[in-house]
Amino acid sequence: MGTVKINIDPVTRIEGHLKIETIVEDGVVKEAKSSGMLFRGLELILKGRDPRDAQVITQRICGVCPTPHAIAAVTSLDNAFGIANKIPTNGRIVRNLIQGMCDVQDHILHFYHLAALDYLDIAQAAKYEGSDPVLNSIKNFIARGELGPFLPRYEGDYRIPADVTQEVVGHYVKALEMRRKGQEAVAIFNGRSPHGVGVVPGGAVELPNVDKIASFIWMLNELKDFVDNVYLPDVVAVAQAYSDYFGIGAGCKNYMCYGSYDMEDGQADQLKRERFYGHGTTSANLAYQKLDPSKISEQVKYSWYADSTSGKHPSQGETKVDYHKEEAYSWLKAPRYDGKVYEVGPLSTILVNYAEGQPQVKELVDTYLAKLKAGPEVLFSVLGRHLARALHTKLTADNLVNWALGVKPGEPVNIQYEIPEEGTGMGLTEATRGALGHFIEIKDKKIANYHCVVPTTWNGSPKDDQGVPGPIEQALIGTKVKDTDNPFELVRIVRSFDPCMACAVHIVSPKGRDLARFRIT
Amino acid sequence: MSKEVTEYPVVWLQAAACTGCSISLLNTASPTIKNILIDELIPGKHVSLRVHTTIMGGSGEQVIELLEKTAQEKGKYILVVEGAVPTAEDAVYGAVGEKDGKPVSMLEWVKTLGENALAVLSVGTCAAYGGLPAGDPNPTGCKSVMEVFKEYGINTPVINIPGCPPHPDWFVGVVAQIVIYGIPGPEAFDDFGRPLLFFGDLVHENCQRRAYFDEGKFAKKQGDPQCLYEVGCRGPIAYADCPTRMWNNGKNWCVGSGAPCHGCTQPEFPDFVSSFFEKITDDDLPNIGEE
Repeated sequence: MGTVKINIDPVTRIEGHLKIETIVEDGVVKEAKSSGMLFRGLELILKGRDPRDAQVITQRICGVCPTPHAIAAVTSLDNAFGIANKIPTNGRIVRNLIQGMCDVQDHILHFYHLAALDYLDIAQAAKYEGSDPVLNSIKNFIARGELGPFLPRYEGDYRIPADVTQEVVGHYVKALEMRRKGQEAVAIFNGRSPHGVGVVPGGAVELPNVDKIASFIWMLNELKDFVDNVYLPDVVAVAQAYSDYFGIGAGCKNYMCYGSYDMEDGQADQLKRERFYGHGTTSANLAYQKLDPSKISEQVKYSWYADSTSGKHPSQGETKVDYHKEEAYSWLKAPRYDGKVYEVGPLSTILVNYAEGQPQVKELVDTYLAKLKAGPEVLFSVLGRHLARALHTKLTADNLVNWALGVKPGEPVNIQYEIPEEGTGMGLTEATRGALGHFIEIKDKKIANYHCVVPTTWNGSPKDDQGVPGPIEQALIGTKVKDTDNPFELVRIVRSFDPCMACAVHIVSPKGRDLARFRIT
Repeated sequence: MSKEVTEYPVVWLQAAACTGCSISLLNTASPTIKNILIDELIPGKHVSLRVHTTIMGGSGEQVIELLEKTAQEKGKYILVVEGAVPTAEDAVYGAVGEKDGKPVSMLEWVKTLGENALAVLSVGTCAAYGGLPAGDPNPTGCKSVMEVFKEYGINTPVINIPGCPPHPDWFVGVVAQIVIYGIPGPEAFDDFGRPLLFFGDLVHENCQRRAYFDEGKFAKKQGDPQCLYEVGCRGPIAYADCPTRMWNNGKNWCVGSGAPCHGCTQPEFPDFVSSFFEKITDDDLPNIGEE
């Protein structure tokens, strides 16, 4: 078979602009490189602005997951303003409701609208013989012959039987409605969605009155019903048809979670604050360890930055471009924890909390592992990521009701505060796609420095100073590619991480010359 | 099934964007996004979305071939641009695909596809005016589609649909206008290329809290029920129909939730409408309180 170079540019059905380059030898991936193809420099744009504007501007890092950026931004601002222990109960809860509903609808979007077309032959709807109006409208659509945006596509490895496929195609359409309703429920407390206005330093904006709580809960019930009776069964159906993907795409097998959804008031230290999903790390042996943010560093040997800036903690993050590094191939830095490669995302959240013994996580994961008649090691895989994302959706959706009922109508939702002359802040949360950290430095009441370390920078990172590839690269390396013209395996692995490139490539400050000579290696 | 269906091919190009405009469009309630993509938008007319990298089936070369094929069909397709166009340093900051082993810049795609399109819809404030990535110090030299077209002498009509994000109705309304009645004349737009239908009035003029402003009752902090002018509302300088249209299927809108309008539909967004939570100076106010 020999050596083949497979480049996929652009990788679609992800957020943003990603290129994957692989070297495939005798049908097996030997080398893999992921590169972000867009740079905007939003952190540079933040410098010198009013610290409160960070919440507005950092949401625009990503329109798919703006809310976690708002949460991380206000968490870092609460910290910097010295008000993290003064957020009113209503403010804390309204933030959780906004973030929780964002996660639920975004995970649905990922499974159906970003990932499912890798497994589902939508053309099977042409053979539909029943009376369902949605499926018949898709049948008409196919008969008309203009099949964008669904075709062209990779051809070959579609294994789900026609009748099941038709049902899931119907769910694809239903999921569009569900995610829209989720966004509408977010807007109840966030003004609008995406790029809402409801999350601010000191709390939230919208008063959680009973009419809004009732409306939110009933919209949530509709989504919960969909998650339980459609989304989770569909993930299981895909898993059954593609069970080999429980053994594909494991990667580094180190997992990290920052924790999310504050459950208590009055605790200034976010690492000590009780959160629904706790922080920590784990690995293939499922031993649990607490998170120590001081162990985070960013390495740049294979990124276009001066080697002198390598190994720094993000709060001291420095960005100094160096194009003259022969080996560099990415705009992303390589964040590492304790010097090691870590994967982030719903799988990491679930595994860390499973290892820690979070009761609800443990019970749900064990239930599904029993259904699969397998141990937790099957989760270290493409399908493990999809299943963990669905379980994360269910846990979040199930708990949102009780969180909503915890509000105190008539009580304040935020507090007033002063912007300090100087200060630093750290905001850690779990974005929909994994661990998200914002780091701010304030001088003269303005932003002196702002640094975000986002999920896809972890997952999509290049090799580190020791030459160890990043999580997506590791997940690709060693994979067998059956058909190099239709490299399903590669895109299925990449999409299982749910990459968000707009988030990942927001950092650097190149003074650019001829980029082409650096991009292709 | 309709016998004769006219197809309106659409190419949606993401440049220096955050995908927020696309997510907002997915939130369209009536018609739904399924109605737009699968069904006939009106009987006998179907919008065929050939390229949209966030939702399309194909990857890599398949995308590039579709883009190249569509660019040959002069005057037959609509180009939608989401995001500003990075132009600094030979436009190296944004690329989609490769040609002859070299990345093809977003600027190149906007020029190639823009030149032959029937019309271009600049969706969102970034594509319409530069928006956030063009904020000071504009590290990547981001420009709006109109600026790029002016610079390169491209005369394809451009319709700006700003907003960060734009309301889905604004996009759907413009597409429906083109499909049903054709491209409107210049009388339908304001000086900034926005359809007057959606951007004809100031947010302030139709604001539900306007009575508080007229009575001089002002919120002290966000979430208070009064006029948000003192906490930074840009409603008096921002043109959009948010107060009457509302957002997310009529669920809410920024000022309705107790937060100030950030002026996200304005060409001045973000630099000249921030700090977002500081009161605007009176000099900026056109016709406040006048008939």
